[in-house]
Amino acid sequence: MSSHSPEAVKKEVRVYIAVFGALAILTVLTVGVSYLKLPLALAIAVALFIAAVKGSLVAAFFMHLSTEKKIVWSILLLAAFFFIFLLLYPSWHSF
Amino acid sequence: MSDTAAIRYISHPHPVTGVTNSKLGVWCFLASEVMLFGGLFSAYIMLRTGVPDWPRGHEVLNVPLATLNTMILITSSVTMVMAWASLELKSLSKFRLHMALTVLLGLAFLVVKAFEYGHKFEHHHFPATSNFYATYFTLTGLHGLHVVGGIVVNTYFLLFGIKMWDKDPEQFTGRIEASGLYWHFVDLVWIFLFPVLYLL
Repeated sequence: MSSHSPEAVKKEVRVYIAVFGALAILTVLTVGVSYLKLPLALAIAVALFIAAVKGSLVAAFFMHLSTEKKIVWSILLLAAFFFIFLLLYPSWHSF
Repeated sequence: MSDTAAIRYISHPHPVTGVTNSKLGVWCFLASEVMLFGGLFSAYIMLRTGVPDWPRGHEVLNVPLATLNTMILITSSVTMVMAWASLELKSLSKFRLHMALTVLLGLAFLVVKAFEYGHKFEHHHFPATSNFYATYFTLTGLHGLHVVGGIVVNTYFLLFGIKMWDKDPEQFTGRIEASGLYWHFVDLVWIFLFPVLYLL
């Protein structure tokens, strides 16, 4: 990322501010939705969806994943595979 | 010995991977962090789904304080990326400002967290109280430790590590980007912890 022209960096800074605005709005939204007292399954789906959008914004723009090299993506895909495995693992057993 | 820097590829991307070795290293570290928090999230799911009755976060935790902390951490992520952008724009004074703000916001997060913990302890809610509190303290405690780690590293770069700017600005910018990747990851973990613990 260090070969960026000043113009390109300034443009990126504007994107960062826009992402910040989106993250703030989504935070207010997710808290607001929690006061609606939705049924648990729906509440989980909505909250996790908003969190996923927020997390994607952070990863794509602040962490520059949207323009990152393949090698970084391949490391993350491997981690994502094991992460999902870990999350699903409890549901394959009855305790 | 003049080849040392070329072999290490810490200022310039490695020709094979296309990224600096330091950035690759940080991403590998973050991948291992995903697994660390993943294991705990998995334990949370198992504990929660394994019992008929689990407290809803907003009934027992302080949602407004946690919302404030979410905003603080999101803002600190912006100041962190702005610190890196300032270096790209060759402005050391702006870097100092944004990095100092990042450190201060990190400290503010910990102060709010300390209030929250203090309140819980006053009401005799400890990790041993219930599975809910065990999960709450383990997840937020581990996350808090990560915030402490980020503050230590960022303070080092702000006060001492900054000397590298005169010698090798590219490498220093890479270090701030790497430190930023970690800080954004800590923010990302909180983005999931917040709804999971407080809102659901």
